[in-house]
Amino acid sequence: MHERTDSTSQKPQCFQEIILRLQNYWAEKGCAILQPYDMEVGAGTFHPATTLRALGTKAWAAAYVQPSRRPTDGRYGENPNRLQHYYQYQVIIKPSPPDLQELYLGSLRAIGIDDTLHDIRFVEDDWESPTLGAWGLGWEVWCDGMEVSQFTYFQQVGGHDCRPVSGELTYGLERLAMYVLGVDHVMNMPFNAPDARIPLSYGEVFRQTEQEYSRHNFDGADTEKLFQHFKDAEAECQRLLSFDATDPKFGGRANIMAHPAYDQCIKASHLFNLLDARGVISVTERQAYIGRVRALAKLCADAFVQTEAGGATT
Amino acid sequence: MADLLIELFSEEIPARMQAGACDALKRMMTDGLVEAGLTYAEAQAFATPRRLALAVQGLTEHSPTLREERRGPKVGAPEKAIEGFLRSTGLSMADLEIRDDKKGQVYIATVVTEGRAAPAIVSEVLEKTIRNFPWPKSMRWGDGGLRWVRPLHAILCILSTEAGAEIVPLSVDGITAGDTTRGHRFMAPGAFAVSGFEDYAAKLKRAYVILDPLERAEHIWNEASHMAFAQGLELVEDKGLLTEVAGLVEWPVVLMGRIGEEFLGLPPEVLQTSMREHQKFFSARDPKSGQIVGFMTVANRETADHGATILAGNQKVLAARLSDARFFWENDLRVVKSVGLEGMGAGLENVTFHNKLGSQADRVERIAALAREIAPLVGAKPDLAAEAARVAKADLRSEMVGEFPELQGLMGSYYAREAGLPEEVARACVEHYQPLGPSDSVPSSPVSVAVALADKIDTLTGFWAIDEKPTGSKDPYALRRAALGVIRLVLGNGVRVSLLTLMQRPFLRCVITFLRSKQAEKQRLLSEAFIEHESKDEIVKQLASLEGFLSGTEDEILSRFEDNETPKLVVFFHDRLKVHLRDQGIRHDVIDACLAMPGNDDLTLLVKRAEALSDFLKTDNGGNLLQGFKRANNILTQAEAKDGVEYSFGPDPKLAETPEETALFAALDHAEATIAPAMAKEDFAQAMAAMAALRAPIDAFFEAVQINTDNQIVRRNRLNLLHRIRETCLQVAELTRVEG
Repeated sequence: MHERTDSTSQKPQCFQEIILRLQNYWAEKGCAILQPYDMEVGAGTFHPATTLRALGTKAWAAAYVQPSRRPTDGRYGENPNRLQHYYQYQVIIKPSPPDLQELYLGSLRAIGIDDTLHDIRFVEDDWESPTLGAWGLGWEVWCDGMEVSQFTYFQQVGGHDCRPVSGELTYGLERLAMYVLGVDHVMNMPFNAPDARIPLSYGEVFRQTEQEYSRHNFDGADTEKLFQHFKDAEAECQRLLSFDATDPKFGGRANIMAHPAYDQCIKASHLFNLLDARGVISVTERQAYIGRVRALAKLCADAFVQTEAGGATT
Repeated sequence: MADLLIELFSEEIPARMQAGACDALKRMMTDGLVEAGLTYAEAQAFATPRRLALAVQGLTEHSPTLREERRGPKVGAPEKAIEGFLRSTGLSMADLEIRDDKKGQVYIATVVTEGRAAPAIVSEVLEKTIRNFPWPKSMRWGDGGLRWVRPLHAILCILSTEAGAEIVPLSVDGITAGDTTRGHRFMAPGAFAVSGFEDYAAKLKRAYVILDPLERAEHIWNEASHMAFAQGLELVEDKGLLTEVAGLVEWPVVLMGRIGEEFLGLPPEVLQTSMREHQKFFSARDPKSGQIVGFMTVANRETADHGATILAGNQKVLAARLSDARFFWENDLRVVKSVGLEGMGAGLENVTFHNKLGSQADRVERIAALAREIAPLVGAKPDLAAEAARVAKADLRSEMVGEFPELQGLMGSYYAREAGLPEEVARACVEHYQPLGPSDSVPSSPVSVAVALADKIDTLTGFWAIDEKPTGSKDPYALRRAALGVIRLVLGNGVRVSLLTLMQRPFLRCVITFLRSKQAEKQRLLSEAFIEHESKDEIVKQLASLEGFLSGTEDEILSRFEDNETPKLVVFFHDRLKVHLRDQGIRHDVIDACLAMPGNDDLTLLVKRAEALSDFLKTDNGGNLLQGFKRANNILTQAEAKDGVEYSFGPDPKLAETPEETALFAALDHAEATIAPAMAKEDFAQAMAAMAALRAPIDAFFEAVQINTDNQIVRRNRLNLLHRIRETCLQVAELTRVEG
């Protein structure tokens, strides 16, 4: 136990150590450590472990890394801190515990941010996701003037009031790690330990993919197909939710396909982001597309609260 | 007497809400206490990021016992009435008193409301305040139902007297009031008890919390000024930022840094905006060069390394932000140098201004046409005004304005100079947005005035054309502000123009844009396969009618266009003008009297008349002349109504019977000889001075002469004389509208 405290009070050496320390910290605090969702999403919030589990009355606590894609942020790996693919660390606890701020500050200490030397601040920043029909109040957390996390108390998701309220923490991992490790360009950040047998930098892992995907996002992606896929995902989501709740192969019990339908909603959202990056969506159309994704999210939320995990009593 | 101390301790309250929350806490608590029968001497509210506090001094310890007599039914009234009376007073028959009344004997009840002790009242009022607090945005947390701005953790509520402090019993959604609080989140997180306000404020300070936001702001300002001064720099004043920063810290520690050399070439406004918006830094200026060379950040704690780590971190974030800004600036300059400022704005055709009013490019074209038309009225060269209008919005496509929308216009003027455009054009880029509010200055350079007027008139006629007028408190497109802008531009520069005539053409252009968008929409509908045949016929018909209207040149369309809206827009201007003039001390009835005169859409003329009339009415002669005029007018109006004729036949001086009557004839001749040419010159002051000379003769006339004499010829002549008075006076303003 003593040894452990010593090691965590030291500065981490590399990107993955920061992730591992967060995993350990939140595991110790009782969160289920989940794995990333296996679909392309724009942010950790899209993981059903957050979006759907924030709904309904059941208690929940989970933490996970989520690879996130922002096609418009592609910079061919050249910008010091902008990436079209990056990692978020996401924590969600329902109901939000009264000491959530303290727990959060503890996580910063765990990754080597000494709050006796740094200036940590909670600055108003309300969160809203028009595509998810979700909003909450909270802050962006500043460390010496740098935004290191987003801290939100969910009020609504998919148009439903959150009762109880979930507390959500999102860490932008690359940015946070660059700060903790004192690195100026993301590609120069050590990914594994610098003294490992094969030391790898973030650039060695991701520079080429950033280049390839930047070209894909801005020039390569076939917009006609993307439009078609968007329509398909939208239709499929609606179709899956139009099934009768009772499932004959499941003993005639209720079996609503809320998660499979939500997968299609996530897909539609990512396709919209790609189309946006390709610059083929005009300002007026933009609102209409966001509205269409929101309508799907709302349908999925409506369905999820009818399920057992959504707190429905049957 | 007791002193009350309340503290509501929560997670971080947004800085912008703290001042309003202080006011609300003080108002709701003191109103509630007073309503419940307590009185107090003084109350003061405070906020920090984590607490709202209220100190009330000299609070009475009890509310008074109230006795109220209520008159009931008559003795012998139906049982039901008496029962009802007993129920409403909560008394029994034995408690009632019988008294003699004019109508007989009645029951009288004496209802006694016992006074209550302060703790019970405070508890009740505070709970109500917490539950109904008017946060601009509030939230729930955990599994509770209470709403607060962020999770509420603790309530401190004590009443202290000479005998000591007492906790007010209160529990709101599981939060029980106590007498403890906590210090600074990081520097003194432990809990401690307090016994009263002075103890509270002193212990907080020892626990690294300055309670009073003004004290924090003052501390920040003084520290920052001294540090700047010590380096030979001066702090750039920013009151809004100071208030905000004071709301972000409990224990302000100012740290100063220098901006990297590589960023000093950026425009000072860019440096300042980037630092303020992104990082809430103050700027420090080199007084010799005027350049922004330093920054001040305000930390929320002291550290063992005296802020070195914090400053280094902030410096690094700043460098990243300013690299972005420099990247935008250099890209923008490259664009401007290769394709010019108008070229930079080429993409405006893809930016929708409003879906019924076309793109920003459509709008720029309308503004350019209008600026050209306005130019001669304000002394600007038409070509230059049109050129300025064409580039004034180009910076909306710049990367810098994309990042900092508040720099619109200003960036345009930098880029216009870089592109080698004339100085008037560069100024118009920034000045055409002015005046931005009632306190903003009005541009005076002719090209700027032309484009500023064109910009605002296009906005107004546009939203009038698509029927998006302001209603009640709703004015989403800030049309009232635009109208006030036009008024101030016109008055400030003495522009002489008939607004009605000026606005007809821009209004039509907006209608044309609107109808073209409708036309495109219908054509799109028509091209879609699934519409039904009947509606298809209907659409074809509508398209044909649109086609008919839109055919030909602008002049041709204008000649067959029936415009009912522009006159209504003039009325909207008049309403705004009334508000504007009232603020300058001109009465609404004086404005009405001038509005009733012809040429009222020439605002400069209108205001000149109103100012002269307002001044005139303030003089002795003016006030009395008004009385004389009204008397003449009343007698005349009554006689005309009674006789069913209009006495507009010229009076004959030969029929004058008294010297006063003769003198009035002479005075009228004299006054009219001055008024007519003065009015022709629009010299209202002179015309009114001449009118004032009528006061004495009119007063003397009424004194000496009876209008309604038996001699009908003399009576008629006198009424015709009154008519002459009326006609003479009404040349100047519609005096019947003036009150008093």
